[in-house]
Amino acid sequence: MTQDKPKPVPAAKPAAPPAPSPYPGFQLSVLKPGVEFKHSSPLVACRFDPTGNWLISASQDNGLQRWELSTSKKTDLAGHSSWVRALAFSTDGKTLYSGGYDGQILSWQLTLAQPEPNRQVRAHDGWVRSLGFHGNRLVSGGNDGRISIRDANDLREVLAWQAHDCHVYQVAFSPDGTKILSGDHKGRVKVWEKDGRLIREFVIPGLHKYDTGFRADIGGVRAWSFSPDGAGIACAGITNVSNAFAGVGNPLIVVADWTTGKIRIDLKPKEAFQGTMWGVAWNSAGFIVGAAGGNGGMLWFWKPDQQAELFAHKLPDNVRDMALSADSKRIAVAFQGGAIRVYAISA
Amino acid sequence: MGELRGCGSIEHTISRRAAMGVLAAGSAMAFNGNALAAPLTHQNKRVLMVFLAGGVSQLETWDPKPGAPTGGPFRAIPTSVTGTHVSELLPHTAMQMHRLALVRGINTAEDDHGKGSYIMHTGRKQEPSVAYPHLGSLVARMVAEPDNPLPGYLHVQPGGGGGSSAGDAAFLGPRFGSVNISDGKPPVNIDLPNGLTQARDDSRHSMRRKADARFLATRNTAETEAYTQTHDQARQMMAKKALFDVTNEPDRLAGGYGRHDFGRHCLLARRLLEGGAPFVKVTHTNYDTHHENFDFHIERMGEFDRTFATLLEDLHQRGLLSSTLVMVISEFGRTPNINRNYGRDHWSKAWSVALAGQGIVPGAVTGKTNAQGTAVVDRQVNGGHLFATYFKALGLDPTKKHYIDQRPIPMTDPAASPIAEILV
Repeated sequence: MTQDKPKPVPAAKPAAPPAPSPYPGFQLSVLKPGVEFKHSSPLVACRFDPTGNWLISASQDNGLQRWELSTSKKTDLAGHSSWVRALAFSTDGKTLYSGGYDGQILSWQLTLAQPEPNRQVRAHDGWVRSLGFHGNRLVSGGNDGRISIRDANDLREVLAWQAHDCHVYQVAFSPDGTKILSGDHKGRVKVWEKDGRLIREFVIPGLHKYDTGFRADIGGVRAWSFSPDGAGIACAGITNVSNAFAGVGNPLIVVADWTTGKIRIDLKPKEAFQGTMWGVAWNSAGFIVGAAGGNGGMLWFWKPDQQAELFAHKLPDNVRDMALSADSKRIAVAFQGGAIRVYAISA
Repeated sequence: MGELRGCGSIEHTISRRAAMGVLAAGSAMAFNGNALAAPLTHQNKRVLMVFLAGGVSQLETWDPKPGAPTGGPFRAIPTSVTGTHVSELLPHTAMQMHRLALVRGINTAEDDHGKGSYIMHTGRKQEPSVAYPHLGSLVARMVAEPDNPLPGYLHVQPGGGGGSSAGDAAFLGPRFGSVNISDGKPPVNIDLPNGLTQARDDSRHSMRRKADARFLATRNTAETEAYTQTHDQARQMMAKKALFDVTNEPDRLAGGYGRHDFGRHCLLARRLLEGGAPFVKVTHTNYDTHHENFDFHIERMGEFDRTFATLLEDLHQRGLLSSTLVMVISEFGRTPNINRNYGRDHWSKAWSVALAGQGIVPGAVTGKTNAQGTAVVDRQVNGGHLFATYFKALGLDPTKKHYIDQRPIPMTDPAASPIAEILV
């Protein structure tokens, strides 16, 4: 019996220097491992608070989690009886608003050691899908197709209207606070005066399909983000759906000018990836980040006027949501496995 | 008697004999005459099968697990039966729960669409040696009166072609296969061709009958009898074509059923049952929600719930429910585990169906799954138990046998007994 000689371990190739970033102050070619928090249930949403002190996640056990970024301390926030995927904050970051699939909107004093819901209202018939905040107003959209504007202090409804004939997936105040935007299951975006008058309606091409085989609508505006100048909006979701019930499709971001309704560009990953773009963020420096889940997890960076992505990063788990910090320097990704990772993207 | 077909397959052999059993009483038969004669006493009973194609989630319907890691986002709501809760996606059906019975302990151990569907339609697992007939075909054979102008097994389905599915009847013969009512439209050619008057058609029919009679006098076979019978039934069905027109229904009632395909199809089903159809199957697609299970169940249940509740109420109001066996089935349930795409996959180990009407104890619940819904922990049953239960509910004897060339084939799985606790 002969024994093979041990093979010499090949010397590791020196790591290639990171590709230069077209955005000074940001390192996008290498995704530096960051802080990781772990919850015991699959996550469904995440958001940074405006002060950068906290990261809020939501999970399939109906809970919210507050993570203190400086200490990694976790505080559970219990109050909903279903999943929560709509999160918003007051400008000062002291109040968190959560909208749940139980149709409820809850407000929380976020800075307390153990926040409890201090207001709770039944806001929609069916799921609350999205929340937006501006000034002293909170806007919500839900499965009932309604848009509701509330006093942010007492959650009293001040105005509501039937805005869509299907589920409202996204709602937001325009960055200057003068308008309200809503996006729905059928990939339509509507622009409203704050008194409920419709100003404009346009379709985001590719983000919706009626699957005639399965006789069901698939797609919708799953996430969105405004441009730094406030006029652009990046809408994310799934496209090229060939089998609605198996989720066979590809992630897509469509950039539009909401002030005119004109479509600017489609941002598609170069490599085939099966899944949905669950998160999109338009960084203050001008680049767009997209995060997709489905057949694994991916993160991409794009120039907003260039179809080919700048950089692509494979993530360790299936992505459920993605958030950008208020200072644009950190990205949080919520995973199906219950982990949430914070990546620093500043150089 | 010589073979009429060359292949000699069991289907063809029994088909001929089965047809003769009805059409040529008194002739030599291989079928057990008693087994076929008895069903004629079960007239005025009918069956409505609502088939939720693709595999409806038991967790989003009849067996919710709110708060469990597998429970999903939907909550449970109380029903008209104290102590029984269903998914919040069924608010209207919940108010009809006093007319329904739930079977929550089903384990069919088959996660394949085709094989699961076969189990739920025949009460048997697929076997290489014999194909079993659908419940609809059995009802057409055993419950329907031979002179019923409507086909014994009608299948209202979205899309698809018209025509029939003779294979559903297996050895009972193609006459008892399902006749497809595609998109709820009347069968093709139900109207006389343009230019053909009723008088002229009657004249043509009369001539054909005379020719048939002359031919049958010397060559009376199952095929020739079936040929004649099919023509006669087609004419009778043409006379009943108004049954297929749901626009005759009051607008308010049609609105209650829903102005979508499933609503129209269920309204049509009620009209057909009321008009004498012994077995109507309505298919609602599509529940195969590997992706976005919860969003799609909102859509699907949004159609199903109000429509089905209206249908039950309508049947009750018309005095039909007590003589109509209603079943809401699927080929299997869906996984308690929520996958990476917010979907649920195929799960046959612990799922549920709902029954109502003829022979069923209203408000009953049998079977129980564990806290996460992954396994049956009490009163486990399979497709055979359900099939035997249907037989018993219809007043048929589940221990009876078919005879194929003297070979006895039990009509239901001998290893499975009826679910007695939900039977009146």
